[in-house]
Amino acid sequence: MPSPYIPNTDQDRASMLRDIGAGSVAELFQDIPARFRDVPFHLPPPLTELELKGEMSELSRQNACLDEYVCFLGAGYYRHFVPSVVGHITGRSEFYTTYTPYQPEASQGVLQAIYEYQSLVCQLTGMEVSNAGMYDGGSAAAEASLMACRITGRRNIAVLSTVNLRYREVIGTYGRGQDITMHELPPDFKEMPDKCACLVVQQPNFFGYFEDVARYAKLAHDAGALLIVIFDPISLGLFRPPGSYNADVAVAEGQPLGNPLNFGGPGLGIFTCRQEHLRQMPGRIVGQTIDAEGQTGYVLTMATREQHIRRERATSNICTNEALVALAATVYLAAMGKNGLRRVAELCYHKAHYAAENISKLKGYSLAFKQPFFKEFVVRCPQPLEKINRILRKEKIIGGLDVSHMVDNGMLLCVTEMNSRQEIDRLVSILGSL
Amino acid sequence: MKKSKHYLLPDISRPEKAGCRLPELDVPATELPSGELMRQELVLLEVSEVELVRYFTSLSRKNYGVDTGFYPLGSCTMKYNPKWHEDIARFPGFQDIHPYQPAETVPGAMQLMSELQELLAEITGMDATSLAPMAGAQGELAGLLMVRAYHRSRGQDHRRKILVPDSAHGTNPATAAMCGLEVKTIPSNGDGNLDLKSLADLLDEESAALTLTMPTTLGLFDPQISEISAIVHERGGLLIGDGANLNSLLGKVKFGDLGFDCVQLNLHKTFSTPHGGGGPGSGPVCVKTILADFLPSPLVAKDKKRCQFISPPRTIGRLGAAGGNFGVMVKAYAYIRSLGAEGLKEVSENAVLNANYIKEKLKPHYQLPYDRTCMHEVVFSGKRQKAKGVATLDIAKRLLDYGFHPPTIYFPQVVEEAIMIEPTETESKETLDAFIEAMVEIAAEAEHSPEQLHGAPHSTPVRRLDEVGAARKPVLRWKMK
Repeated sequence: MPSPYIPNTDQDRASMLRDIGAGSVAELFQDIPARFRDVPFHLPPPLTELELKGEMSELSRQNACLDEYVCFLGAGYYRHFVPSVVGHITGRSEFYTTYTPYQPEASQGVLQAIYEYQSLVCQLTGMEVSNAGMYDGGSAAAEASLMACRITGRRNIAVLSTVNLRYREVIGTYGRGQDITMHELPPDFKEMPDKCACLVVQQPNFFGYFEDVARYAKLAHDAGALLIVIFDPISLGLFRPPGSYNADVAVAEGQPLGNPLNFGGPGLGIFTCRQEHLRQMPGRIVGQTIDAEGQTGYVLTMATREQHIRRERATSNICTNEALVALAATVYLAAMGKNGLRRVAELCYHKAHYAAENISKLKGYSLAFKQPFFKEFVVRCPQPLEKINRILRKEKIIGGLDVSHMVDNGMLLCVTEMNSRQEIDRLVSILGSL
Repeated sequence: MKKSKHYLLPDISRPEKAGCRLPELDVPATELPSGELMRQELVLLEVSEVELVRYFTSLSRKNYGVDTGFYPLGSCTMKYNPKWHEDIARFPGFQDIHPYQPAETVPGAMQLMSELQELLAEITGMDATSLAPMAGAQGELAGLLMVRAYHRSRGQDHRRKILVPDSAHGTNPATAAMCGLEVKTIPSNGDGNLDLKSLADLLDEESAALTLTMPTTLGLFDPQISEISAIVHERGGLLIGDGANLNSLLGKVKFGDLGFDCVQLNLHKTFSTPHGGGGPGSGPVCVKTILADFLPSPLVAKDKKRCQFISPPRTIGRLGAAGGNFGVMVKAYAYIRSLGAEGLKEVSENAVLNANYIKEKLKPHYQLPYDRTCMHEVVFSGKRQKAKGVATLDIAKRLLDYGFHPPTIYFPQVVEEAIMIEPTETESKETLDAFIEAMVEIAAEAEHSPEQLHGAPHSTPVRRLDEVGAARKPVLRWKMK
């Protein structure tokens, strides 16, 4: 049967070849040396929609899906409630089947939605400007550190050891390309290393706890370095935003704003900074303007920072970003609104504290840190994590992240509004019975 | 597309409206921390669900997508995206799994990634694949970081020059700069191929690699590919492919056979995952054995029956906090499995046929700088119209009035007033004929009534926009108090 995605018929092909003046399709490939052409490809035989849907459904059902398992795993990717309205809007094909909005007259929908995104992210973070988004939180943090190097003309960067290890690795990958030296600092450090472009901190930190960001802001700024903050967007419903404690650049993983986990991708790199650094910012930016008749409209702007104009002098090589994920975040923030977002943050806070208090009362368990925390915390367990998590899995629970390489028998637990009291009580009771 | 009144979300925000209701707290409340940690005030929207839906629906109607109509944006491969792939990507077992779940709890996802690594290696004729890069440009970054690591491992860290053809995508030189490499530009010759003499002159002891898009951004296959590969390798350099134009070689030709050591793919172009208004994408890198140890982390390794994430021994490192854009991989996997080898070949053959058909039909009306068989896209010049005072931009904007998305314009920069048309294989002859007819009419308008074009578009939700003003006085957000 013919392919549903190739509408040309044999008759069409014959007539087109006649118009071209070619005897066969093969003739059109004659610039390619013959020995490279029509080589064998060892691929599985094609399957129809009916067959492949069945096979892939089976494949998907091999996974411990979190609508079936109870999840206490976070560490940078979070399972939050996603109202249905988000998927219905991002599922409109005028949005998801369009390209980067290079032709503004045919792309006002996407452009205006990005303008809303930039505005909402600024309202949420208290930062002055936002771009249209980066790949993920880790690469946004890495681009932020490169931007700090451009602004300060320095080649060293400092990163707190309480920043997510994966983020530190990504910052390292990007930095190595430009021979930038990364210094890892313990949280109680007293002085910045010499000539650092920035200090990267995470609030709340990787372990879920709040850092003394005011102290870090002063240490960084006194040394002429920028303060780069990695934040949790959901926490900002309740806790201080980076704009209120002098962050120069604030970045985040935007997945928790209306997006499923998707095994870690696509995510969304939220990227915000002070107005004064706008021209050093990487990524796309949408601006408001007017058309020939004076109507309000939107365009991609400040493009002289970008690779397609500036080539090797661009602020970044980024081209495709995560526009559809940013649209989901926009719809999510609009649907939640100020009261909804605050409620989500409160639910996370109280449920996480309820879980922490009850686990810490169990014999052999204790909280590893004393500082205030948001929705994640580290528990010292009486037995190796691998064993505990295996037992939990038998009870259809995905336990916390194993952080025993940093804290003895440490488990990083995450509790969100998705976890009911019953689920938390069940976790506590199983942990208590080990 | 439909015109409608302009308003923004704050315009429909009123106290006591809500777009979503959340449950009451079901556990005892804990005291909140001291004041200095707490947010003073959160100023955000209050909008009802119905108003929200109408707002975004009206926005969607001001937008043009592949489902709306023909989208011949050169170099972007805007093909139709099968709907059922979207459904598969939303299977709960793919969508609702955490990246840090132990591998043994997600064997289906791991197997899919492992198979996709192998499928892409087979399609490109390479030995190993990393799915970690989240878009094409990040795949390029991975490629050039591997180039540096490779030369460093051989005590040749002084190789810091990257040769890039003048017709290359802007991401190529921008990526080289991000990797601390110096860009040397190689001119194209009169046939649109790489100038071999310039290549030979520029290749020296300090050259790290040649980055080459194949077919080139002129939509042409460079028949000198074997000579290019030979001379680059003889001088100790690597040949790095930009796979942006793979759609024309799919199922017919392998990058590995052509001599490439590394190629980055764009799953969101070639493998039919929708572009989402600018992403998400996915930009896997496929390499020969000599670069496999340097691949970005993680890879999925299959050990007997179990799949696991591993880090290659001399990896350039991680590019993101997880293993790449899994949601996009699922759709690309479905695409390859549904087409098979014969189906992929049908893709490239029809893509190339469609482009050559447009080329022949429009050749009498627009200047064709390289009059030879093209691959999946054709680049015209608007020079002839420019002489009548009609710029390529005017032609592009006028196409919108005819109901078509414009082609890519002013790229590649080596063609004056460039018009770059990529029809893809998913368009019917009827659609191509309608587009050709519109282009011919526009050429006639340029001849007889150029003023018609200067004011275009006339029928879109907005008219031509003041881009200079937007950059000069940036208005990048609204503020709510």
